[in-house]
Amino acid sequence: MLLYDTVISARDAVRAKDISAVELTRAALARIEEQDQLLGAFNSKDSARALIQAKAVDDGERTGPLAGVPIAIKDNICTSWGTTTCSSKMLENFRAPYDATVVRALEDAGAVIVGKTNLDEFAMGSSTENSAFKITRNPWDQKRVPGGSSGGSAAAVAASRCCGALGSDTGGSIRQPASFCGLVGMKPTYGRVSRYGLVAFASSLDQIGPMAWTVGDCAQVLNVISGHDRKDSTSVRDAAPDYIANLEKPIDRLRIGVVKEFQAIAGVDPQVKSAIDAAIKKYQSLGAEIVEVSLPHTDYGIAAYYIIAPCEASSNLARYDGVHFGHRTSEQVNDIVELFSKSRAEGFGPEVQRRIMIGTYALSSGYYDAYYNRALQIRTLIRRDFDEAFRQCDVILSPTSPTPAFKAGEKTADPLQMYLVDVFTVTCNIAGIPGISVPCGFTSGANPLPIGMQLLGPVFSEEKLLRVARMFEATTDFHKRRPVMDIQASVE
Amino acid sequence: MPDKQITLEDVRHVAKLARLALSESQMQTLTPQLASILGYVAKVSEADTTGVEPMAHALPLHNVLRDDVVEPSLPLDKVLQNAPETDGSFFKVPKVIGGDDDSAG
Repeated sequence: MLLYDTVISARDAVRAKDISAVELTRAALARIEEQDQLLGAFNSKDSARALIQAKAVDDGERTGPLAGVPIAIKDNICTSWGTTTCSSKMLENFRAPYDATVVRALEDAGAVIVGKTNLDEFAMGSSTENSAFKITRNPWDQKRVPGGSSGGSAAAVAASRCCGALGSDTGGSIRQPASFCGLVGMKPTYGRVSRYGLVAFASSLDQIGPMAWTVGDCAQVLNVISGHDRKDSTSVRDAAPDYIANLEKPIDRLRIGVVKEFQAIAGVDPQVKSAIDAAIKKYQSLGAEIVEVSLPHTDYGIAAYYIIAPCEASSNLARYDGVHFGHRTSEQVNDIVELFSKSRAEGFGPEVQRRIMIGTYALSSGYYDAYYNRALQIRTLIRRDFDEAFRQCDVILSPTSPTPAFKAGEKTADPLQMYLVDVFTVTCNIAGIPGISVPCGFTSGANPLPIGMQLLGPVFSEEKLLRVARMFEATTDFHKRRPVMDIQASVE
Repeated sequence: MPDKQITLEDVRHVAKLARLALSESQMQTLTPQLASILGYVAKVSEADTTGVEPMAHALPLHNVLRDDVVEPSLPLDKVLQNAPETDGSFFKVPKVIGGDDDSAG
């Protein structure tokens, strides 16, 4: 473990000169170098650059609320140094010509970026098994997946190779891996954080957010990355509040919504169910009122999502043409269409191709109304359901994922089964509202696995969501547990 | 939810629209997968959406305008740095005209 493994403890230790930023960065880099081959959390790192950045903190040249804190970045977020691969053969050698706005914000706040983390190719997946380069293991049990698509970021924090990380969340890709790895992970309201420099998957759903051990860590990182950016026309103009200032203040007369329709969802692990029930009881003991709310269109969520996201993806990924950047076929071609088609068939992996095919089909002549337009109408209905529910409660509590981390290979044979694990997370993106996953328990047995609960709130309610999450965290110890990584034992 | 009827010919057509030169075996694998996924997502047709406006976007944002002022853009070397093949200040491609007479369908 790193000596200071949370964002705030590391920041404070560097500030108090209990440890230098260079020492902390060296320790993080050493862990990546010596132990990451097995875990597979990182795609790349630039140690020399990280150490220069750290030294500048120690020399007082770089200051700010994250000064000296080792942070990892999901490898679909552009950095002007190194590669930005999206874990795809298509972008294996891609060198972004600019930094994403969030990367600039982190570095302006003094953070030390230690590396770029693995993901499902182009963020399409729920287990990080769709990476073109490697699979990432779950630090709590290396036979299991870390979740996805931000599985590399989750594993990197959980295995103490950095103190916090950025992920991106299109249908649960921050929250689900956070829950699988025992972390807090937040998807902010659509528009809260700039997407400039995030490689687009589904532009109306994508949002960048923090992953870390504690609610306070996430609030601190969110403080740094939130705000208007003129380079992203969908980023909102109102200034973001300070998410730290009132974090320790409990919410008076808190009303927690539990969703009637969620009770009918099949396949929820009994241990997840009991951890959620215990969390509800905990909130009751803290004075919260529990309200049953209804989200009548829950059952259409996954279907609408797996139309909207692939449709947007098929359009966004049309840019990979083998001409401007990315993989180009080395085969002889007769014309430009053949160049496009061969380059794309070689550069994209199976899941990305599958989603491009679904999206292309659903948008093709004769099917647009039956699929895409229908899904967008359902989107309106899902948003209305949430608006109505939030008239009766402050936040909605549910599991983040129906199960704890599943075994590698368990769901790869049937793509639809993999899609269904997103049942609790996708509607948040469809409606554009914020959501957070918070550790709320562990499974029993020899290899305890983390369980996460999800809290959803109305648009721009991040401050309240974080406070509600903090109320729970402040009276529980789940966020203090760390995986015992027996490097040798658990490898087949 | 019954699988949607998707034939190998459908898959071949969509792959052409998507500019993916898939092999026969890839298309054979995809056919039942797409049938199962499209069969599942067809569930959206069961909801009553009479008179419901489609929502493409979660934010009430429309046109976002800025002053029409010339600003520096990326320098040419940065623009071309990832190109597979270039010729001076151009992206280089095989001949565009006279090849496969393909339409978007």
